Amino acid sequence: MDNHLSQKFEEIVGKENVLASEVDRHSYAYDAAVLPPKLPALAVRPETPEALGRVVAACNELGLPLTVRGSGTNLSGGTIPSPGGVVALTGALNKIVEINEADMYAVVQTGVVTAKFAAEVAKRGLFYPPDPGSQAVSTIGGNVAENAGGLRGLKYGVTKDYVMGMSLYDVDGELVKTGSRTVKCVTGMNLHGLMVGSEGTLGVFNEIILKLVPPPKASKAMMAIFDDLLKASETVAAIIAAKIVPATLEYMDDFTIKTVEDFAHAGLPTDAKALLLIEVDGHPAQVEEEAAEVEAICKRVGATRIHVAKDAAERNKVWEARRAALSALARVRPTTVLEDATVPRSQIPAMVGALEKIAAKYRLTIGTFGHAGDGNLHPTILTDKRDHEEFKRVEAAIDEIFDVALGLGGTLSGEHGIGTAKSKYMAKEVGMGSILYARKLKKALDPKGILNPGKITGE
Amino acid sequence: MSEMRELVGLLKQIDDQLVACMRCGMCQAVCPLYGETGLEGHVARGKIALLECLADEVIKDPAGVKERLDACLLCGSCQANCPSGVKALDIFLKARAFLTGYYGLPPVKRAIFRGLLKNPRLFDSVMSIAAKFQGIFTRPVNDMVGSSCARVFSNLLEGRHFAPLAGTPLHATQAERDTPRGPSGLKVAFFYGCVVDKMFPRIGEAVLKVCDHHGVGVYMPHGQACCGIPALSSGDRDTFETLVAANMKLFGDQDFDVLVTPCATCTSTIKKIWPLMAEGLPESVRFKIRELAPKVKDVSAFLVQDLKVTDGLAAGGGDIAVTYHDPCHLKKSLGVSAEPRALLAANPRFRLVEMEGADSCCGSGGSFTLQHYDLSKRIGKRKRDNIVATGASVVATSCPACMLQIGDMLSQAGDRLAIRHPVEIYAETLAGR
Repeated sequence: MDNHLSQKFEEIVGKENVLASEVDRHSYAYDAAVLPPKLPALAVRPETPEALGRVVAACNELGLPLTVRGSGTNLSGGTIPSPGGVVALTGALNKIVEINEADMYAVVQTGVVTAKFAAEVAKRGLFYPPDPGSQAVSTIGGNVAENAGGLRGLKYGVTKDYVMGMSLYDVDGELVKTGSRTVKCVTGMNLHGLMVGSEGTLGVFNEIILKLVPPPKASKAMMAIFDDLLKASETVAAIIAAKIVPATLEYMDDFTIKTVEDFAHAGLPTDAKALLLIEVDGHPAQVEEEAAEVEAICKRVGATRIHVAKDAAERNKVWEARRAALSALARVRPTTVLEDATVPRSQIPAMVGALEKIAAKYRLTIGTFGHAGDGNLHPTILTDKRDHEEFKRVEAAIDEIFDVALGLGGTLSGEHGIGTAKSKYMAKEVGMGSILYARKLKKALDPKGILNPGKITGE
Repeated sequence: MSEMRELVGLLKQIDDQLVACMRCGMCQAVCPLYGETGLEGHVARGKIALLECLADEVIKDPAGVKERLDACLLCGSCQANCPSGVKALDIFLKARAFLTGYYGLPPVKRAIFRGLLKNPRLFDSVMSIAAKFQGIFTRPVNDMVGSSCARVFSNLLEGRHFAPLAGTPLHATQAERDTPRGPSGLKVAFFYGCVVDKMFPRIGEAVLKVCDHHGVGVYMPHGQACCGIPALSSGDRDTFETLVAANMKLFGDQDFDVLVTPCATCTSTIKKIWPLMAEGLPESVRFKIRELAPKVKDVSAFLVQDLKVTDGLAAGGGDIAVTYHDPCHLKKSLGVSAEPRALLAANPRFRLVEMEGADSCCGSGGSFTLQHYDLSKRIGKRKRDNIVATGASVVATSCPACMLQIGDMLSQAGDRLAIRHPVEIYAETLAGR
């Protein structure tokens, strides 16, 4: 290992926070995406914001690629480093700086874990809605960098709707401030808006100011079962047409239902073609009214069975089935490829139909579940990456899934990010002009191209 | 074995288990060690990734991988929370055995496991001599906790406050037993475990008292060997299998309904690890191990599920506040958490107060605390803080290894809490000695 390089970073973060041994380097070579690992030169774990800034400056000075890593749960390779680069770990920058109840905002360091933050906010009677599937471990910094979504997207929006401002380090290690603690702020360019979803390519986050909202006073969950996918989809459309916006509106296909039932024995009908999990929340009176209306819509459109949760325990049971979806699917085969192509919600039946055809065409097992309310589906391909012939078919299927999603007016990624996994498809969706524009922007802000190179715009 | 090629070959045997890890990283939420250090190499995902690198010969130096692998409490939190059902403990125990095969067992462990532990009678007599002389080297520090520390600073003890060896071990005060089924119609085999025998015989006495009271027949032979987990977790499969074989000689052909132990770690080892790991034993013995496994139960689970001793009892609302620590090997490994609490509630003098993170690891991890005392203390300190925050005067738990660790943490902080096993607290309510 390059001792000189280690020494340089030891001066900044301390000897114990430079991880440069063979095992350490291999420990930070991957994330949750099914992609080949890439070996960094070293990883550093700054314990102060100042040290983080100096790490960025040092990387720029030395021309070393820098990848910031929270919990490494990214599903598109966004936290896979460049070979020979530096990985900056944000785990020690995990302080909740402020939760302001009167003004309903919070200031957090980039490495704060999403679920821990949400729990602290809840303790003070407020609500931070974004709930990505990895929230138990994911960090706020990572959520902002990827513009993470979750189950509540339809009603409450996604991470971008909660970022009021931030401070970040530019490539020279200078601190940049953008946004404020106020609801309204038009002071300066909306740089924090630019940072959301930038996947670590434009700057390194320090502190983030997040909007908080009052929690709903009541909620009601129900499960509706269908013998026909089209009816489930029509139900979603009918609920929205009735001007009801459920907090969550989740979908599971027949394969997922069967797999969940085999795994969790939650009492799901294995002959069902589709299942919707619906939760409305808000003022108790409104919740009662909307729940009754949703139930009536489900019946009218043709749900074969509706189960309304009567209490917290029953509500938990309803959601158990959804929570078990990925676990159940993941156990079927060794490798689980979780995609997140997203279509306008009216196109869900077309998308699901296409997924069935793709599975048959490439002789693959695909289970689909996801957020029906916002069209963000998770076709989950169950495979074994060791079987090279099969994995080639998986890659071909993924290509086709994206073609179909784009053909239906959808998008490559609803919430997982582009990273390196999907950068090659970018031109198909946004065109070369958009990519070149983004590249010019990056070139101006990061002339040496050290900030998480290769992510989003390729190159 | 000393060839890298052989090591790679062995790791390939567990390739199907390794590949099941989808790198989602959810284990980071529950790993007590990762909670302290935040290092990827300390969490299950990181360890599995390193083993894959070793199996694929991408990593050339197995020593670094072994070091990461050894830094693990084997608490099973990762496995219990793994979305894709990766059998992390199986993987780690097997990999430790492979790597120990490659490097050999360190001399101290070799002397203890193969010279002492492997021979139960010798182990018993050495420990009873040690018990008589321990007062020369150690002094009591906390009479509530019941702990001692070294009289002069010792590298080995590192300032620990530990439970002294019992003056007389359980097997010296209690004769061997083989009593028939009484009014309950049930008979148990009683596997008391090393720590209960040599440090907490009072727990063993409580188990016997409860069995006598409820008319349960007891088979309790002397010469019981260690369950084998200290040897296995150090990768010493040879000693492990010798110990399992010795115990199977004692317990394999006997007539009983349930094998009970008051030790969470012994329970989960006999129930889950024996069938999995004793691959070197003859098929006839392995068959008996598989037959035994379903009959193995923690003593609280036996009393509540089989004897139904708490049925119809109201929850205790007594003056003494007791808080309960869930041993990892009971809750995460075997799903037993309600039963010990039911036993506590059955004593009207006590009132159960839950602590925050009752099921988070105490940091003992068996020999983890010997090799990584600093990390073990950091994890233990959190547990101590959560215990003390309840204001309880008694902390109960179902694993004597946790009792040792919690005792050390409480005693070092100068806290005056008693540490007890649920079966002791339940036994108090019964007439008799």
